[in-house]
Amino acid sequence: MQILTNVMKASHSVPAHQPWPRVVVDVPAWISVAEALRDGHLILLGLWGEQDVVHMALLDASDASVGVVSLNELEGTYPSIAGYHPPALRLERTIRDLTGLEPQDLPDSRPWLDHGRWDIRFPLGQAVSRSSVAVPYAFLEAKGESLHQIPVGPVHAGIIEPGHFRFTANGETVVRLEERLGYVHKGIETLISGVELGKAAQLAGRTSGDSTVAYAYAFSRAVEAALGMEIPSRAVWLRAIMAELERLANHLGDIGAICNDAAFSLMLAHCGVLRERVLRAADVAFGHRLMRDRIICGGVAVDLEYNGISALRGLVAEIRRRFPPLVELYDNTASLQDRTVGTGRVVAELARQYGAGGYVGRASGRDFDARRILPYSPYDELAFDVPVFSEGDVNARIWIRIREVENSLSLVEQILDRIPAGPVRIEVSENAEAREGMAVVEGFRGDVLIWLRLSGSRIERCHLRDPSWFQWPLLEAAIEGNIVADFPLCNKSFNCSYSGHDL
Amino acid sequence: MRKLLFGSLIRPPLTEPPPGVSDAAMEELATSIDKAARRRLGHSLSIRAVDAGSCNGCELEMHALSNAFYDVERFGIRFVASPRHADILMVTGPVTRNMGEALLRTYNATPDPKWVVALGGCARDGGCFAGSYAVFGGVSTVVPVDLHIPGCPPSPSDILKGLLALLEEVNKGGRVS
Repeated sequence: MQILTNVMKASHSVPAHQPWPRVVVDVPAWISVAEALRDGHLILLGLWGEQDVVHMALLDASDASVGVVSLNELEGTYPSIAGYHPPALRLERTIRDLTGLEPQDLPDSRPWLDHGRWDIRFPLGQAVSRSSVAVPYAFLEAKGESLHQIPVGPVHAGIIEPGHFRFTANGETVVRLEERLGYVHKGIETLISGVELGKAAQLAGRTSGDSTVAYAYAFSRAVEAALGMEIPSRAVWLRAIMAELERLANHLGDIGAICNDAAFSLMLAHCGVLRERVLRAADVAFGHRLMRDRIICGGVAVDLEYNGISALRGLVAEIRRRFPPLVELYDNTASLQDRTVGTGRVVAELARQYGAGGYVGRASGRDFDARRILPYSPYDELAFDVPVFSEGDVNARIWIRIREVENSLSLVEQILDRIPAGPVRIEVSENAEAREGMAVVEGFRGDVLIWLRLSGSRIERCHLRDPSWFQWPLLEAAIEGNIVADFPLCNKSFNCSYSGHDL
Repeated sequence: MRKLLFGSLIRPPLTEPPPGVSDAAMEELATSIDKAARRRLGHSLSIRAVDAGSCNGCELEMHALSNAFYDVERFGIRFVASPRHADILMVTGPVTRNMGEALLRTYNATPDPKWVVALGGCARDGGCFAGSYAVFGGVSTVVPVDLHIPGCPPSPSDILKGLLALLEEVNKGGRVS
């Protein structure tokens, strides 16, 4: 039906926005987009605010078109999207916390990232100072006989990030889970405003440490799109190697850790060894185990030398040899399957409605991978499968990862075979006027979206949207009706980012 | 599974020799560990990890300490689930304002003698997040710190070096029977 194309055509287009168009719409058009979201014709990619503007990034799955619609010159309020489309809810609570713009008729008026502990309100809008007082948070109620609550966090028992989970349980069965996040809010979008590109890329790469490559990748592509830069082709291919190594390392770590949460530590021990091998190969090839700050605007910071190539080839061979027996072990261990099969189910309709990316979406039948749907070089020239399962349980999320490990190995090999020679970076071109750019990169967890506006060589506003925004809410749905003891298992199978979400 | 287990028996271990202790860490520690602490601690260290605002990079490398290559438990160092069981709080991140109270409460819940290790560049001084409205700064702005292990993130061997220095310092007086 190409709804998005029609909206974009009918509205005033903003000139320097690349590679997808951005239009300024009026309130009726804004509402019509909200209705299209509600009716399932569009997917919400992002929703963020500025002092008197709200922007909404949209995907039209019918023709894979992407666009941004904006409401300008707001006077403190705008029509809420969440009233039509629940996936927008936490994003709108965040817009209000950070910019002070009030979404009219927002179904949930509680703050989200603002816990009352900052010295100011509305850091991205008209900042107002205040004395910080922790405000009690009213958790949603669950009514019924013999229900009890289990508060967990923000400091958790393992080596994980902080967040609060409020379970309401009936005996062992979870009746309701409510998440409260925002504990690791660092104010990245405020810090990144006004800084130069180098510093901004560093901040972007520290939004979520496990996806440092994906963030630096998306940030650099957004800057390059804004400036209309063409980077050397060797750099394009090197970026993809780093992205696949990051995917490999995280998926291997996750597969082991999920099994460990089902008390099967043998998988953790063996997958942990493979993960470490990936990090060591990355260290040899690119000089940093997590490849932090290796992707920069204009290319990459380091070239791949001969010893790096042989380390990567050795790595691929090693994982090809060691991984299949582990997959077989996973598949043939009844006690383990007993925990993962049928646990933490996300129905396909929810995954579609929330536009859940990554293994969460693909395990529940949502066939979306930014490398395929919104293809970027070099992936448009590479052969890879996008695995999709329909069961939506912990087991399916493990299998997506297993298949993606296999695909990433093949991708690393293909890239090593075909990578062109040449320079790996160019200087970022001078630019005086304001320009806007956007990029979507498939990280290991799902699609990372970065939108930015440059003014000269500085960032004026940058929005970083982690895939977790559309996955966290589904965890609440997945755990319902499961036993409390299966929560770590479900949570690990989602492995959402706290830091990426909290910003 | 049997094949895998047999394979592990036959293959040489992956575990690497322990790294030397870090000199810088030794110096920082010299002042913070007293005799009473040594006597009570014996030879093992229990660590409670607290993420007070990290990007989760430091957590990844902390996890790596438990893999077969570093095998941190061979030194008597283990991660525990509660601050009540901990000797060391290993704190990461620029402490966010939203986590300040939780960190302080965790610190207060840890019995004496205790040490705080601030892990990573952000934990030292806030790193690239310093100056934000949402961040206090380094860990020492909220709780006293005994040892800083720098890096972004510090590699597992860097973390291990720092921890071994801590362990060595703690046990200088010899083990108490």
